Amino acid sequence: MGGKLKATEEQLAYAKLLDVGMKVGLIMLVITFVIYLLGALTPHIPVNDLPKYWSMPVNEYLKATDIHTGWSWLYQLGKGDFLNFVGIAFLSGVTILCYMRIIPILFRKKDTVYGILAVIEVLVLVLAASGILKAGGH
Amino acid sequence: MRLIISVGMILMLISGFLLMAPGAVFAEEAAAATVQAESTTPWWVWPLVLFVVTFVLGIVAVLGGVGGGVLFVPIIGGFFPFHIDFVRGAGLLVALAGALAAGPGLLKKGMADLRLALPVALIASSCAIVGAMIGLALPAKVVNIALGGTILGIVAIMLMAKKSEFPEVQKPDNLSSALRISGVYYEPSLGENINWQIHRTPQGLATFIVIGVMAGMFGLGAGWANVPVLNLMMGAPLKVSVATSKFLLSITDTSAAWIYVNNGAVLPMMVVPSIIGIMLGSIVGVRILAKTKPAAIRYMVIGLLLFAGLRALLKGLGIWN
Repeated sequence: MGGKLKATEEQLAYAKLLDVGMKVGLIMLVITFVIYLLGALTPHIPVNDLPKYWSMPVNEYLKATDIHTGWSWLYQLGKGDFLNFVGIAFLSGVTILCYMRIIPILFRKKDTVYGILAVIEVLVLVLAASGILKAGGH
Repeated sequence: MRLIISVGMILMLISGFLLMAPGAVFAEEAAAATVQAESTTPWWVWPLVLFVVTFVLGIVAVLGGVGGGVLFVPIIGGFFPFHIDFVRGAGLLVALAGALAAGPGLLKKGMADLRLALPVALIASSCAIVGAMIGLALPAKVVNIALGGTILGIVAIMLMAKKSEFPEVQKPDNLSSALRISGVYYEPSLGENINWQIHRTPQGLATFIVIGVMAGMFGLGAGWANVPVLNLMMGAPLKVSVATSKFLLSITDTSAAWIYVNNGAVLPMMVVPSIIGIMLGSIVGVRILAKTKPAAIRYMVIGLLLFAGLRALLKGLGIWN
C-alpha cells in the first residue's frame, strides 16, 4: 500500500500545470537569452555599458538609461535585453495560472473556504504583477 | 557520468557564448561611441564569473541542505560589483525558478501539501509584497546592515535549531481543524503511511507575516525560516515541512519578484546566467548527494554564510567597502 497514496485532484491539477509552465518558461528564458547574447536584436543598453549601470541603485539606473517601469518592456520587445522579460514574466506568472486552474475544482468540491482563499491569492498576485505598486526611491 | 558530461558541455556552451558575444556580435556597438565603463574589466567577465559561481552555489546548496537564494544574495551582493537592488531581484528569481522546478514532483508525491500551503502562502505572499517595497525604498547601507544581521541570525538558527522527524501533535487546534489541514504520506524508511496534523496554526500564520516581509525585503527565499516554523512550531513532519516550504517559495517569491520586475530591479544579464548556473549546479549536487552525504559541507555552508553575513554587515556600516 505504501507509496501509492494519491494526492488530491486539485493538487495534481496544480502540479501538472506547474510542470508544463515551468518547462515552457525555462525554455523561453534560455532562447531569449541566446538571442540577446548573439545580438540578433540590438539591446536598449549596449552590453559594453552594462558595468556602468549595474552598480547603480535602481532609481539612478532607470533615470540614466531612460527605462520606464511596469509593463513598458512589452512595447520594446524588439530590443534584445527587453526580450528576456518574456521568459522572466512567464516564470513569474505560472503560479497565477496554477491557482486559476484549481479554483473551479475547489468550488466544484464545495471547498468554499479554500476556493475563496485561492481567489484572494490570485488577486494578490495580480496586484503585484500589475505594476500599480511602486516602490519609493532611495 | 553522462549527466555530468552533459552539464559540462552546457557549461562550456554558455561560457563560449559569453566569450564570443563581445567580439562577434557587439562589434558594431563597440565601434560606436560607447560610454567608457569605469572599470577596465570587460563586461562579459562578471556574467561569466557569476555563472560559474552560481553553478558551484547550486552544488553546495543541495549538499548543505539550504536553498540557493539564501547563499546567492549575501555572496553575490558582497563580492560582485552589482548593486544590492539587482542582486535581490536576481536572488528572488533564482529562488523562484528552483521552487517552480521542484514543485510539481513534491506535489505529485504528496510530500508538499496544498491544504497546508494555501493559507500560509496567502499571508507570506501578501507580506512579501510589502517587504519588497520597503526593501526597494531603503538605502543600500540600511539594507546591507539588515541583511548582514539576518544572515547571522540564519547561521544561529542553522546551528541551534533542532529538527523533529515526526513532531507529536496531541490535538489539532480549532483553526487547523476548521480548515481540515492534515494529511498522510508514505515514509519509505519506516515502510508505512504517516498520518499527520498540525497545531498552533494562528501563531504559525502570524510568524509568516514576518517571514514574508523578510523574503521580499532581502530576496533570500525563506526556506531557512519556513521549515522550523512548519516543523517545530506547527508540528508538521519534517519531510512535509521541507517539501511544503519549497513549494511555498514558488508563491511567496512570485509576488515579491513581480515588485522587483515592475520597479526595474531585474537585469537579464545577471538573472539568466544565475538561474541556469544554479539549476545546473543543483542537478549535479543531487547526483553527488545520492552517492555521498558529506557532513562537512553543512559546516562549510554555515562558515560561508557567516563570512558573507559579516561582509554585508561591515559593508553596510562602511567598515569594509
